[in-house]
Amino acid sequence: MSDTRVAERAAEPAAPSRPRRNLAGRLLRATEVDTRLLGMIVALAVIWVIFNIFSGGTFLTARNLWNLSVQTAVVAIMATGMVLVIVSRNIDLSVGSMLGMVGMAIAILQSEILPDWLGFNHWAIWIIAVVVAIALGALVGGFQGFVVAYAGVPSFIVTLGGLLMWRGVAWAMASGRTIAPMDGTFQILGGGARGSIGSRASWLVAILGCLGAIAMLVSARRQRRRFGFPLRPMWAEVTMGASGCGVILASVYVLNHYFKPAGLAEGRTDIAFGIAVPVLITLGVAMAMTFFANRTKFGRYVFAIGGNPEAAELGGINTRWMVVRTFMVMGILVGIAAVVQVARLNAATTGLGTLAELYVIAAAVIGGTSFSGGIGTIPGAVLGALVMQSLQSGMVLIRIEAAYQDIIVGIVLVIAVGIDTVYRRRMTT
Amino acid sequence: MTQPSSAEHVEPPLVELRRIDVAFGGVHAVDDVTVNLYPGEVVALVGGNGAGKTTLIKTLSGAHRADSGAILIDGEPVNIATPRDAKALGIETIYQTLALADNIDTPGNMFLGRELTTPWKTLDDSAMEDATRKVMGRLNPKFTNFKASVSSLSGGQRQSVAIARAVHFNARILIMDEPTAALGPAETAQVADLIRQLKQEGIGIFLISHDIHDVFDLADRISVMLQGKLVGTVDKDDVTIDEVLAMIIIGKLPGEVTRKELEELHG
Repeated sequence: MSDTRVAERAAEPAAPSRPRRNLAGRLLRATEVDTRLLGMIVALAVIWVIFNIFSGGTFLTARNLWNLSVQTAVVAIMATGMVLVIVSRNIDLSVGSMLGMVGMAIAILQSEILPDWLGFNHWAIWIIAVVVAIALGALVGGFQGFVVAYAGVPSFIVTLGGLLMWRGVAWAMASGRTIAPMDGTFQILGGGARGSIGSRASWLVAILGCLGAIAMLVSARRQRRRFGFPLRPMWAEVTMGASGCGVILASVYVLNHYFKPAGLAEGRTDIAFGIAVPVLITLGVAMAMTFFANRTKFGRYVFAIGGNPEAAELGGINTRWMVVRTFMVMGILVGIAAVVQVARLNAATTGLGTLAELYVIAAAVIGGTSFSGGIGTIPGAVLGALVMQSLQSGMVLIRIEAAYQDIIVGIVLVIAVGIDTVYRRRMTT
Repeated sequence: MTQPSSAEHVEPPLVELRRIDVAFGGVHAVDDVTVNLYPGEVVALVGGNGAGKTTLIKTLSGAHRADSGAILIDGEPVNIATPRDAKALGIETIYQTLALADNIDTPGNMFLGRELTTPWKTLDDSAMEDATRKVMGRLNPKFTNFKASVSSLSGGQRQSVAIARAVHFNARILIMDEPTAALGPAETAQVADLIRQLKQEGIGIFLISHDIHDVFDLADRISVMLQGKLVGTVDKDDVTIDEVLAMIIIGKLPGEVTRKELEELHG
């Protein structure tokens, strides 16, 4: 009996009298792919091609794309958390200042405090610095979340206060000095000459990523078959797997074609950088956050609170505690981003992270996160960060003046959200 | 007159809300109200807007605490502080607002706050979808849109999601606050059938409704509220629609109301 019913259900989508769509339409339908995400990828491709034309072919070089990947990391890491904060109808304006404070704290820790105890470049220094950064981020984020959830102060105000306070703390800690240099091992976390994994390991990561993607498709299909749900057509599954693998392999191919200068590679010019460590960290963070958002109760509750706080409450969800946890996750990600940023600069300045909150929020919003709550995706936010960074480094590359760069970024932000709003209105009516 | 059917019951009622008081600031939203419900019985709560029906029922569903009074289940006093407490006692509620998270799909809403998880503590979406398909197959066989967020569903479909959620978890006590408000005639008839079916299964139902015909069609007893106070509880078979309307509008029991007043109701 179940077999015939499955067949009937599977046939249903074709039933409406709508005329058969063209190939692209059928592909989109069958793969159930997120059209908004696809739109962003197309927009990103357009931006890249335009910059490549105007820069005389320098934008789409392995070197520039490698740099782009590293520059995107810090904003992308924080944007994955900002998605959850905005989805739950809150905002965190303090992430830039928090990054400054946490970065300053771990910089002082590893260049002025720990060496006295352990000696310079002790193997444990980088570990302690990372743990402290994450713990401090969680603590500060959790504190802000607590004030939002239990004192009922709007998150805009709490984190606006945080924006001022944490910047002040960063200043006070260093009395305005720049702290440098960082621990040798710690610097690897920021990328740079030693902070890449080389071509062989990069290919390994690509192959693992590819196998992982295929395994996920297979297990999802098996799961649906087990319960007798309608299945995607096989050609759609193959298309998805192939395009996923294609993107992964192509990205690594490009990163493996940026070669180290002879001075860094014992005179050789055929040693590739491969994937930079901060990019690996970003990928890890993005995957973990996607997992939390989609596969755990925590993620489900964050989205439920954003969609209808009253319904979440009536469903028995402890909405206040969920808000605290969201801000805590945001804080942890700020801690990770601070590690990457300080390691990359090999220094902590008092201006560290200034205005980062705006880029992070913009990345999340360009990535399809809705300010009315309940809607947003982690991959979208990472793509949003990549779009923002592409615009910025592209404009530097084609030598647009700084003032005009800001004007263009502002215009793009508003237009992107405008298009998204119109698109969404179309979808719901 | 107040407890006509209680003579048949030797057991304590399934639920008793005893002398419930709820005040918002200076307003007495619910003032010393006592109602009860037996297994397999439908008790309708009726009254005008602001009569206090929804507030009264929220003390049972855990959405709002009573200032004083007691809630007894099977004759035992219970403490219901949160919606979770109520659900643990087998009390399910279909809210007038439906209480659906619009951005989440149907299985997600069905199991909101009670998600099924795999042994690794991750959400078991397939199992939840499977259970949802089974319940929906019973309640609304035409429902096929399991992957879409509920914002894309019609009013009737949304209502059936809210009803399915209440039915799925083997409720003993069901609270339905205007369950047919968003529905067309065919769907309303479907809900009426469902209520009769649940009654057969021995579930006790509190039904809040503005539609006096629905009330007479489905309820065994009718409790009428006016301005936060209980006017009285009557057996449906002992009263006419006009007498109930008199209770709702002028707050007089069938014995107290005059023929003239009844006629004025139609004036």
